[in-house]
Amino acid sequence: METPVTLTHAEVSKLARLARIELTDEELTAMAGQLDVILDAVAVVSQVARADVPPTSHALQLANVFRADEVRPSLPPDAVLAMAPACEDDRFRVPRILQEEQ
Amino acid sequence: MSTLIHESAHRLAEMMAVGDITCEEVTRAHLERITEAEDQIHAFLYVDADRAMDTSRRVDAKRRSGEPMGPLAGVPIGVKDVFTYAGAPTTCASKILEGWHPPYTATVVQRMIDADMVIVGKTNMDEFAMGSSTENSAYGPTHNPWALDRIPGGSGGGSAAALAGFEVPLSVGSDTGGSIRQPAAVTGTVGVKPTYGSSSRYGLVAMASSLDQPGPCARNVLDAALLHQVMSGHDPKDSTSIDASGPDVVTAARSRDVTGMKIGVVKEFGGEGYAPGVERSFREAVAGLASAGAEIVEVSCPHFPAALGAYYLIMPSEVSSNLARFDAMRYGLRVGDDGTTSAEQVMRLSRGAGFGAEVKRRIILGTYALSSGYYDAYYGSAQKVRTLVIQDFSNAFCQVDVLVSPTTPTTAFKLGERIDDPMAMYKADLCTIPSNLAGNVSASFPAGLSAEDGLPVGFQVMAPPMRDDLVYRVGSGLEALLEDRWGGPLWTLMKEEGR
Repeated sequence: METPVTLTHAEVSKLARLARIELTDEELTAMAGQLDVILDAVAVVSQVARADVPPTSHALQLANVFRADEVRPSLPPDAVLAMAPACEDDRFRVPRILQEEQ
Repeated sequence: MSTLIHESAHRLAEMMAVGDITCEEVTRAHLERITEAEDQIHAFLYVDADRAMDTSRRVDAKRRSGEPMGPLAGVPIGVKDVFTYAGAPTTCASKILEGWHPPYTATVVQRMIDADMVIVGKTNMDEFAMGSSTENSAYGPTHNPWALDRIPGGSGGGSAAALAGFEVPLSVGSDTGGSIRQPAAVTGTVGVKPTYGSSSRYGLVAMASSLDQPGPCARNVLDAALLHQVMSGHDPKDSTSIDASGPDVVTAARSRDVTGMKIGVVKEFGGEGYAPGVERSFREAVAGLASAGAEIVEVSCPHFPAALGAYYLIMPSEVSSNLARFDAMRYGLRVGDDGTTSAEQVMRLSRGAGFGAEVKRRIILGTYALSSGYYDAYYGSAQKVRTLVIQDFSNAFCQVDVLVSPTTPTTAFKLGERIDDPMAMYKADLCTIPSNLAGNVSASFPAGLSAEDGLPVGFQVMAPPMRDDLVYRVGSGLEALLEDRWGGPLWTLMKEEGR
């Protein structure tokens, strides 16, 4: 990462697609420039991080937390579905997930 | 105007306890102040006036019946709009959650309800807590009561401005990289990011789960400690909640004594990029602590300057994962569902329409940092820097009890000044980020007004994990000596129109 990163319009477009975010051409262009500046600034980490340093993903030494497997009341269906964009027969109604030909 | 709004939370609680005033009077005075001030400040996204008045009458009735009441019973409080509170909307200042009513209440909010506190509303913030100015709120920025053309800090600018504008005596925030402390610094208030795991994240809409921590915001040190005590404690609903009792922060906040403490000044946080007025107020506060009996030494934390880079890789990576839940399927905005579009298209259109520019930028940055081929160079290296920052803290805390620095390099900048320059905005968090990466407690206390522009300067105190009492002890000592100098709390120096 010695040379500054330059993200192309197409690369940002691909990332936006992966992240499921629709962007306008204007947004893509503005973001590509801003991401270059940010990536250039954060690249310092690869110079500081020596190979022998172990990574830390969390400040606490985490272990699994278990609880007794007891039946407890859950939210009633009305409360769960109250804020749904669309629902039907006590279920969330969602757009199709398969293509016509499938 | 009622002077009740200028009282501290602990004084209001005492006055209610002895029967000098009622909770109904206290609540009404603050709601009236909100009505009067909101046109100018815009600290609130939602004011829950009717329910607050109902609560106040219930609290008064409970007190009359002779039931035991907690130390903050009857005190009004504002809640950052990133916490769920059933019966009121939670938007996180985003269009994607406009009108969303959560079916459950956050643990820290429930603890305020159980303590008979009066929740008056939800405070403004940067969208999903991403920003340092509240300019990323989809509902318009908050204005700093010290100078209305200035930012109130962020992301919790609403919670801080509501205090500085006397709309509430207490509020609650969340801090991922400085979102409690930087707003406290630029509004002349107190903000504490507790030890990670000491207050519950259940019902806090997640930004970066390994960094997020709820904490208290107040106008003085004792008020913050009393709220800290109400909020914190183990919660089985948060798997990262520490199952041990925390230190006695209230006794520490009453001590007002730093005699014999060893205080380390972080060598790396100063010089280029720091406003001279900020450095001067900071140095004067350090000198004051020395004259009050603390021992001052300079401590080097060589990896702190790299923390900003590590943070802007780790945080967006966690953001890109956490915000995947806003998929337009079960709640929130849905756009483009015309019967012909696929679920994937609806997700893209909804997220494109519902998220603001900064949220999109961070999700895409995180997606890039985690993508194959770049993972080791970016996310992997950032995790190593996180280790080095933790080692810097460990080494420092072998030499000193606490570390201190300015909270943020400048005073409140002008609204609009940095909105088109993300890196300039990110640098506001330069000094606050190390404690989020390491999980230790850190707080900002008023250090006075900058000689350059007359705006508040923040003094940051960092202590080891589970030693939250130490930041309150230093904060109370600093408050005691500075209030002698100012002739009262810092806000007494505020020009009359601000009050």
